[in-house]
Amino acid sequence: MSTLRIVWLYPDLLSTYGDRGNLLVLAHRARARGIDVEPMQVRSDQRVPHTADMYLIGGGEDGPQAVAADRLLQDGALNRAAEAGKPILAICAGYQLLGASFYANGRAYEGLNILDLRSDRGPSRAVGEIAGEAAPQLGIGPITGFENHGGRTHLGEAVQPLARVTAGIGNDGATEGAWAGHVIGTYMHGPGLARNPKLADLLLAWAIGVDPSQLPPVDDTWPERLRAERFQALSAAQ
Amino acid sequence: MSANLTPRAKFATTLLRTAAALSRATGRGDGSVIGGRVGLIVEPRLLELLAEGRHVVLISGTNGKTTTTRFTTAAIEAIGKVATNSFGANMPTGHTTALAKAPKAEYAALECDEHYLGQLLDAASPKVVALLNLSRDQLDRAMEVTALAAKWRQTLQTSAGQSTIVANADDPLIVWAASVCQRVVWVAAGQSWTADSAICPNCGSHLDRFGEFWRCTNCGLNRPSPQWSVAQEGEAVVGPDGRRYELNLQLPGRVNRANAATALAVASLFGVDPAQAAPRLSEVASVAGRYAKVEREGRQLRLLLAKNPAGWLESFDMIEPNPPVVLSLNAREVDGFDTSWIYDVDFTSLAGRKVVVTGDRRTDLAVRLEVDGVDFIVVDDIRAAIAAVPPGQVEVVANYTAFQDIRAEFNRVN
Repeated sequence: MSTLRIVWLYPDLLSTYGDRGNLLVLAHRARARGIDVEPMQVRSDQRVPHTADMYLIGGGEDGPQAVAADRLLQDGALNRAAEAGKPILAICAGYQLLGASFYANGRAYEGLNILDLRSDRGPSRAVGEIAGEAAPQLGIGPITGFENHGGRTHLGEAVQPLARVTAGIGNDGATEGAWAGHVIGTYMHGPGLARNPKLADLLLAWAIGVDPSQLPPVDDTWPERLRAERFQALSAAQ
Repeated sequence: MSANLTPRAKFATTLLRTAAALSRATGRGDGSVIGGRVGLIVEPRLLELLAEGRHVVLISGTNGKTTTTRFTTAAIEAIGKVATNSFGANMPTGHTTALAKAPKAEYAALECDEHYLGQLLDAASPKVVALLNLSRDQLDRAMEVTALAAKWRQTLQTSAGQSTIVANADDPLIVWAASVCQRVVWVAAGQSWTADSAICPNCGSHLDRFGEFWRCTNCGLNRPSPQWSVAQEGEAVVGPDGRRYELNLQLPGRVNRANAATALAVASLFGVDPAQAAPRLSEVASVAGRYAKVEREGRQLRLLLAKNPAGWLESFDMIEPNPPVVLSLNAREVDGFDTSWIYDVDFTSLAGRKVVVTGDRRTDLAVRLEVDGVDFIVVDDIRAAIAAVPPGQVEVVANYTAFQDIRAEFNRVN
């Protein structure tokens, strides 16, 4: 692969909590391995390219979330990308709309059905630091992020939780996020990949078609220090 | 004014001043908040009673409200005394204190927190309301920005019937909120952060932008023709009749020239000749420590407050091209606990200069700068930052409590 093409979907609708950061982190970590990156920002009035190597979708308010889901359903390219095994990272509102249904503007909306899950409203807004033990198969260690959402997500049989929650709410207070194949959804913004470099590398490895252990190491002194700080802040608060 | 106050309101005012003075004397701050709280307990209508009979302007928006309030105060002082909450205490307690402390002031220029605009419209019956901009701020606890614009639109429709609105024509959220009002004076005050208004706030379609012009192709919401603007060349404000008012501001950046344009637009509605008001704005050297220049060990520091992505981008636009830059980030309650917004700020313009990072969340900044390919060093506090740069000019950019920590190191410089 000469150039890694990473699509950031609908920044005009879904980019509330530093979502651009995930794209920047992926590009930074790919370039550190000598891999060229072509970031592609795709607005909601543009067609979603079929040819990209990875797709990112961020968080946002109810109205834009419903519009984004509708346009992605009509476009169809993200569903085809998922079927083709392309890595997809979806955050918060973007995560919810990958499921069978989600709740916005006071009613249920049809989702893209890429992940076997559905979302509804929780009793209160989940705002704050979130941490958890990631699914061991992923090999990414504990996760850390910041969450801010009113929804709760219920996982079906065909997905696995991204993590078991040790602090915060995530899906429902017990699990956080979901994954199936090369699709990952999470409530962690912050942005998630800046605080979880191994998750970023896992997505890169999937996109390139190698095992994460084959990626040359990068200097993670600062991200590791940040992770340690955030975990420590949580344990001090508990 | 105070001569007409009821005995209860007079008593409340006296208590307010005493509480504020005690708070100051015990080093707990300037006493605006506690004083106002005491006064409002004794007389819940105190703000309304103190505002009665005065000519009031409210100034609100995400960024620039403290500076614009200071400029507006300086401009209106050309014709009379002005009560103002110049310490940034911008909720009703602070407004009450500001009015109580200046019983003889015929005018009042009140900076207003975005979430209290409706309450102030009802309590202060302002002659003028200046609306500067709306962008993302304190993500973990503040209302999302489109929802805030909708709330403004509704509150302006119900409560601003007697007011003239001075509004930023360059910010679609502001235009949408203000367009329900009968009398609007439009100012081309610029928009440094467009990502929160890619979408039409009225109908959700895409906004088209051509240079400074913007319009919604679906519902027709568009940029109104501004009566006031910042001159394209030189440092001046251009008024409704095309006349230029030269500025000689001590405060840096295009954003402060825009704040000056808003202040002159407001002042002219109070009957101040802009030609008389403009020179007064150059007397403003700093605003509650913002833009203050302080000296330590041969380093001349300029202190810039930047609370959110728009503010950081504006700061990077203001700083001199060569001096080292100190960045300080906290995430305490008033800053918002969520630091993810630093990924909305492009730091690449700092590449190639000396960058020193500090504050409670310096590690977050370190990771952020690394991603943008900007070299940096990390230090524990502002003293260490000063030691880490050579003698000469230094630009310091900090968010709210980080800024207050640095100010405290310099005797709470104003």
